[in-house]
Amino acid sequence: MTGTPELWIIIIALGIGSFGLRFAFLGLVGDRDLPPWLLRHLRYTAVAILPALVAPLVVWPAATDGETDPTRLTAAIATLVVAYLTKNVFAAMGTGAAVLIGLSLLA
Amino acid sequence: MARHSPMSSYWRGVRDGFPFLFVVGPFGMLFGVLATEAGLNLTETMAFSIVVIAGAAQFTALQLMNENAPTLVIIASALAVNMRMAMYSAAITPHLGALPLWKRGIVAYFLVDQTYALSILEYERDPDQSIGSKFAYFMGVMSPVCPMWYVVTLLGALLGSSIPPSLGLDFALPIAFIAMIGPMLRTPAHRVAALVSVILALACAWVPYNLGLIIAGLGGMMAGAQAEVRMGIKL
Repeated sequence: MTGTPELWIIIIALGIGSFGLRFAFLGLVGDRDLPPWLLRHLRYTAVAILPALVAPLVVWPAATDGETDPTRLTAAIATLVVAYLTKNVFAAMGTGAAVLIGLSLLA
Repeated sequence: MARHSPMSSYWRGVRDGFPFLFVVGPFGMLFGVLATEAGLNLTETMAFSIVVIAGAAQFTALQLMNENAPTLVIIASALAVNMRMAMYSAAITPHLGALPLWKRGIVAYFLVDQTYALSILEYERDPDQSIGSKFAYFMGVMSPVCPMWYVVTLLGALLGSSIPPSLGLDFALPIAFIAMIGPMLRTPAHRVAALVSVILALACAWVPYNLGLIIAGLGGMMAGAQAEVRMGIKL
């Protein structure tokens, strides 16, 4: 999709949208209170979207034509366990990469 | 507590923000590498980091572009990942809302996870400091973090063009996302939201135009909100 108008549409729309989200309250709303039900939903946007994005990639990786791959699955689980327990993003990424590379070499 | 001059607040911000250099550094670099691998040229990759300036959202857009998802789905999903920025904006408004509009515009542009987290801590620790000091502290935190985001993206993009495409990088993105998700699972409601979203994403994988992602995202949000109400979680 490189060099296509779509790519620039995406970049510009995301730029305007992200700025809009950041400016929404600071610039426009002031310190009026938001309805609690809305805040309650907003709290879970990232933790709902990211797992939804990642789950199919883990279970059906494109690199293996959608065939579930024990190596990638193990690496993903190891990453999640370390990320959850240590809350250290980089320790988790390092673990995932090490498991992925290690198991690929063994295979 | 003694009143701080804006200048000393600025430098305190720089000092507090400095360690985050090592957090955004690898992420920006990874974005540069993966964007280049995905076929974006240098201008496009840099435009992404400068115009959007939001790691997780940039990675989301990149992944969905790789999957050839429809433009609207890409935009909606990446913005959903950035929805938390609206909450940052709301939370910081009582402290910085009285700034002139152009300064609020600057704060809004640089309002990212790191600048928000450090600034809100500082303002809550000492709410009575002058608004000039508060703004200076924010700009201090921003200084080592945000410009570095552009620099490391550039480094990654230059590096990426020298890495052969088939180096197992296809799984770098999922690993990075999973590593980001782990620390988010801090309450039972967050865990419920993530679990429901995973189940829905796998169950709705057949839905065309990547709309399964949107369904799973909305379902996960509602599940999290419901869990919060029913379990009476205090945040």
